[in-house]
Amino acid sequence: MAQVSLRRLTKTYDGGVAAVKAIDLEIADREFVVLVGPSGCGKTTTLRMIAGLEEVTAGEIRIGGEVVNDIPPRDRDIAMVFQNYALYPHMTVFENMAFGLKLRGFPREEIARRVDRAARILGLGELLDRKPKALSGGQRQRVAMGRAIVRDPKVFLFDEPLSNLDAQLRVQMRTEIKAVHQTVKTTTVYVTHDQVEAMTLADRVVVMNQGRIEQAGPPGELYANPATRFVAGFIGSPAMNMIPARLVPTAAALAVALEGGPTLPVPAERTARYAAHVGRDLLFGIRPEHVTEATRTDKPNLAPIDVTLDVVEPMGMETLVHFRLGRTSVCARVDPQAAGAPGEAMRLAVQMDRMHLIDPATDRVL
Amino acid sequence: MDAATSAANRDFPKLYRRAGSLSRERAWALRAAYASLGFAAVIFLAPPVYMLITSLKTNAEMADQSLSPWFVREPTLEHYAAILGNPLFLGFFRNSIIVTLIVVAITMAVSVPAAFALSRMRFWGSTTLATGVFLTYLVPDTLLFIPLYQIVGSLGLLNSIWGLVLVYPTLTVPFCTWIMIGYFASIPKELDEAALIDGASWLQMLLRIFVPVALPGIIAATIFAFTVSWAAFVYPTAFITKPEAMPLTIGVVSQLVRGDTFAWGQIMAGALLAALPPVVVYVFLLDYYIAGLTAGATKG
Ligand SMILES: Nc1ncnc2c1ncn2[C@@H]1O[C@H](COP(=O)(O)OP(=O)(O)OP(=O)(O)O)[C@@H](O)[C@H]1O
Ligand SMILES: [Mg+2]
Repeated sequence: MAQVSLRRLTKTYDGGVAAVKAIDLEIADREFVVLVGPSGCGKTTTLRMIAGLEEVTAGEIRIGGEVVNDIPPRDRDIAMVFQNYALYPHMTVFENMAFGLKLRGFPREEIARRVDRAARILGLGELLDRKPKALSGGQRQRVAMGRAIVRDPKVFLFDEPLSNLDAQLRVQMRTEIKAVHQTVKTTTVYVTHDQVEAMTLADRVVVMNQGRIEQAGPPGELYANPATRFVAGFIGSPAMNMIPARLVPTAAALAVALEGGPTLPVPAERTARYAAHVGRDLLFGIRPEHVTEATRTDKPNLAPIDVTLDVVEPMGMETLVHFRLGRTSVCARVDPQAAGAPGEAMRLAVQMDRMHLIDPATDRVL
Repeated sequence: MDAATSAANRDFPKLYRRAGSLSRERAWALRAAYASLGFAAVIFLAPPVYMLITSLKTNAEMADQSLSPWFVREPTLEHYAAILGNPLFLGFFRNSIIVTLIVVAITMAVSVPAAFALSRMRFWGSTTLATGVFLTYLVPDTLLFIPLYQIVGSLGLLNSIWGLVLVYPTLTVPFCTWIMIGYFASIPKELDEAALIDGASWLQMLLRIFVPVALPGIIAATIFAFTVSWAAFVYPTAFITKPEAMPLTIGVVSQLVRGDTFAWGQIMAGALLAALPPVVVYVFLLDYYIAGLTAGATKG
């Protein structure tokens, strides 16, 4: 059990690729942190530096308070689950899990006890004598996790462990990983590019982009209060609508004039926050789930907006409707009963207290 | 049938019918494969079969021009008895075995770590080095034996099997390294990384994880090294003139000739016996080679 801290951590590959740019991150003991971001943003590189598989160009990594920059992987007391599992093909499931313990000189009974426990946690009991090639993808995934669990290391590192599984198994294994963490409570750093995985698993989500940390916080916080345009667009599916807009003063407070659309009143409590940006070109950000049918009355600060529907996508529980405001295509999530047909007019309501204003010059959320 | 084929069938039914059914095409492909394999087998097996037939004939039968050379009328093992009782021949055999075993051991001790380093570690000039290793293999031994003669001579190793032990690795190491680089590169590097994280030292990782997984590639290289040093002809011809130090390849053809009389029966029997060890090695190692031990390491 240990905390992990990254200080000004930097990695520049030989060819001059700056993969990780001076990131700072404090991971608490027992915390489950998920690094998420688009392909090539430096997630794997960060994880491999923590594991000791990649040299650190600059900065510092501490595990349990100790600087580990120059300590080889085997002495860092970490365990890693790889995307392709990397099971030892010539060893049985038992031997795969026991290998690390044998190398560390554990007595035979202790090894058997630990492998047994891990096998029980992961439901691998009957498979202990099999070779990896006789296992299904999900079972291999479990063995890879078992190999990490038996060592009882200070930190678990996962690099996209579920991306080779089919959709159904992925959801099942996701729940299983969460259950395992709740049982063993080992500090975990988990890399994925799937934001749903990030939201469901994490105590804290770290969104990376182009080698930098855009924002770190609990899933709900990132969803409700994204700090940058990138996070606002990356977290949430379907993605947040961003409509060019201008902030205009009204008699009582402020309003946003949407390009090619109506002018909507800004909630009174935000007047002070936005006052300095009146008259500037901004982006009005609103999630599809916060643009709903106008017949709903249980929410405060609803601003009505009349649109003509372009595309209607029924999803079962709800229906996505798309319409245009000026140059921008906007998505709204409405009740299946309320949705009109393509080409029809519909009155929607925007939940203005869920709105965001983004400054396109700095890409920051105001 | 994969998705693309069935899509093509659906979209172009006429075209498909003209091409014939898949099973019929398969049958033709099989017939063609057997025909060409059979042809190759005849060409490659005719000389050893001829050797076997000749080695079983008496000298009189061999000399009789009126008989078909492809049949034995009075089979005899006298040539085998003669050659196995010939201390010179047994000496050739011993020399070949000693030289080959040591050369294979040296080759593997050098090539496995070299191929591992060149396939796994990226260091300055590693790709150039890998290409260079292969290029040295392309220089033919018929060209190299002249400078090597000087070297072996100055070391006082002419007419000694140790001279052969010294020069054969110049043939085996580059090629074995090269084929193993290719094989090792196909082994996911996460496997060694997992072992390092599990607590293995580099040596433990190499011996307990990497070598067992890379065994098919290593065995292919071993077979090659064995064959090359067992069958080497140019170097022993150039460096060895004393019968006691000769390996089988040159011993059989140079020492079983008395003046201008060729002891054909013994030469054939000796050559066949000389060809036996590589066959035995192939048969034992090929199972491993084909087994493909990497199955199941990764997602699969
Ligand atoms: N060995 C390497 N040598 C040079 N550049 C590399 C190397 N490994 C990664 N990079 C580069 O570093 C950047 C970050 O790569 P990294 O693998 O960390 O991305 P990632 O966030 O894990 O992406 P993905 O989601 O695709 O796995 C990329 O631009 C990549 O091309
Ligand atoms: Mg990655």
